[in-house]
Amino acid sequence: MSLLDRHVGFVRALRHGGLPVSLAEGLDAARALTVLDLTDRETLRAAYAASLCKRHTHRAVFDTLFELWFPVGAAARADADPVGAATGERPDGAAEGGASADAADAEVFRDRLRELLLGEDDIALRRLAREAVGRFGAFDGPSGASWSAHMVGRALDPRTLMAGLLRAVLGGRLPGGVAERNARRMIQARVDRLNEHILSDVRRRLAEERGIERVAETAVKPAVENLDILRASRTDLIALRREIQPLAQRLATRLTIRQRAGRHGRLDFRRTVRASLSTGGVPLTTHHRPRRPHKPELVVLCDASESVSSFAHFTLMLAYALREQFARVRAFAFIDTVDEVTRFFEQPGGDVTEAMRRLTAEANLVRLSGHSDYGHAFNVFVRRYGDVIGPKSSLLILGDARNNYQDPALTALAAMVTPARHAWWLNPEPERDWDTGDSIAGVYGRQISMIECRNLTQLGRFIGELA
Amino acid sequence: MTMFASPEDARTRLGAVDYLTDPGIATAVFLADALGKPLLIEGPAGVGKTELAKAVAAAASAELIRLQCYEGLDESRALYEWDYRKQLLRIQAGVDGWDEARAGIFAEEFLLARPLLTAIRRDEPTVLLIDETDKADVEVEGLLLEVLSDFQVTIPELGTITASRRPFVVLTSNATRELSEALKRRCLYLYIDYPTPERERDIVLTRVPGIREQLAEQVVRTVASLRALELKKAPSIAETLDWARTLIALAAEELDEETIASTLGVVLKHASDHTRAAKELGLPGIGG
Repeated sequence: MSLLDRHVGFVRALRHGGLPVSLAEGLDAARALTVLDLTDRETLRAAYAASLCKRHTHRAVFDTLFELWFPVGAAARADADPVGAATGERPDGAAEGGASADAADAEVFRDRLRELLLGEDDIALRRLAREAVGRFGAFDGPSGASWSAHMVGRALDPRTLMAGLLRAVLGGRLPGGVAERNARRMIQARVDRLNEHILSDVRRRLAEERGIERVAETAVKPAVENLDILRASRTDLIALRREIQPLAQRLATRLTIRQRAGRHGRLDFRRTVRASLSTGGVPLTTHHRPRRPHKPELVVLCDASESVSSFAHFTLMLAYALREQFARVRAFAFIDTVDEVTRFFEQPGGDVTEAMRRLTAEANLVRLSGHSDYGHAFNVFVRRYGDVIGPKSSLLILGDARNNYQDPALTALAAMVTPARHAWWLNPEPERDWDTGDSIAGVYGRQISMIECRNLTQLGRFIGELA
Repeated sequence: MTMFASPEDARTRLGAVDYLTDPGIATAVFLADALGKPLLIEGPAGVGKTELAKAVAAAASAELIRLQCYEGLDESRALYEWDYRKQLLRIQAGVDGWDEARAGIFAEEFLLARPLLTAIRRDEPTVLLIDETDKADVEVEGLLLEVLSDFQVTIPELGTITASRRPFVVLTSNATRELSEALKRRCLYLYIDYPTPERERDIVLTRVPGIREQLAEQVVRTVASLRALELKKAPSIAETLDWARTLIALAAEELDEETIASTLGVVLKHASDHTRAAKELGLPGIGG
């Protein structure tokens, strides 16, 4: 593959992966290649990133694809091989050596790994990852020979090295406290690096055998703002939580700009006449009263049961991060009965993460089973907090409308929707799953407009419209 | 006439003025210079975005021209303005006819050049820093498009002024709003994140003279731990440096729990962040 083909293929793969790469940017990148010394891969990566990847959230996709399209070249491989030969890289028929040989080899690798995790040499770490994949990663899959990062991870098992490494880093000081925490973080960061190297080498080997495009399709994960919240893993959730504050800030800026754009309220007669004195009594410029910004009251009622709680958390966090944009935010949570949870958020400078923890621990949400019961929750809400919803309030219900085959209590829902100025239901499930199983999205959807809201992009757009 | 010969050259020369780069930064700086394109830098507050522009100016012995963006920034503050008071004086002083006066008052002499025009008209090496672009109104971006893609400014009375020597342009943004695609397309993009502990340690060692390597190591490791917590405002490099200086002023030998607890105010500026850090790191006597 020539450099030009590779460049064109890479650009196409980026577009396919969701990066908006324009023709002009592609040309910029090509031009950058002509002024650079192309033997250094990190320079190449930086050049492509500077000219093609213009949003930080796209960087993960970019890096994955770059690893595939520009794998570490033949030069580096020749470099690595002598060492690899010593420990016996056996591409075919690897199983013959037997389990004991495997274990012995694994020990050799683990010894080297221990050294490297204490040092700062990233290139050596990558070389080790590459050799380890060659030695332990091969297996016979259903469609011929294949490679697995999981098997390499199991052979090296860096987690079991942790205790020894901690002792080495702490160097005689007592464990515990900040020092240990710092050491742990440092080692964990390097183990993560190692795992990244292993994964990228596995992908490279797969790509050599099956073609880059096929591997790219499975390797690329969506950017944070497009992650499906309900399916997010634990690490994804942390990444998502970090995105909330910046998202709220961007929304707030946009809303303030919008409010100020339509700034002309009624004519301020007094100021206009007063200003006209400096132009001889001719009112050249008119002055207006500032318009009072319209701020709705927000009433959020969210399903806090296990299945959708992460979604409820994000929406509450976002609503509270934007509370200046609303006259008042009142939050209620339910599983099979309702409780007001506003009190957890209202301390000034409050810590939202902490509020979330207390919400699940202290609020009184469960009556019987701990399965969501929308019908009962609505009934209780109307009885106990019915007067909360008035003509100024916007009602927001969050949940997947999976009612565990209970009574939907449509009259109660109607009693909530009717007095409100606006009412929406945000459903974190994809629209095609509505009305499957015990979901009664369709039934509720006739009473209240139900909106699919699966990721931060959709959530941000909705809350932005609302305020 | 480029400023840097290669990314490596950019790295060493920025290093010489005490700005430690990583491969990404060095390459982006070199490319922005070699391709003559503006460089848009984003990243959290206090990671050295503005500092990079200053370092480039110092390394290339160029003059730094700075345009600080704010809400309500307009053409007459960013580009140019006619000095109408001086024009008025000229008309009152002159006895010649209207035609001559009209020709006379729209001359160079009455033009007040603002940062963008100044940067374009200079013949010497120039670094133009457009700071906090996201704070300016959306219209200003439109204004920047002509300047940044063609490096020219059109003044109706004088004609088009084209740069004889392209300035090195740096735009910074804290991403409080998304910049327009049109602007991003014309720029090279660099995201500066919090540095790796290794790089941050080197930064502390260059910027804080007299600190012991072991203490520097402890400081950056602790800062890294703090950044991993979910805080309202994660500590920036500037705050790491402040912390290191504080520890030297206090003649602290070790960064143990006691010292962290008593100096935490240097790095964390929110009460809720203090309580959280104290809880997660197990510090004594804060928040009570």
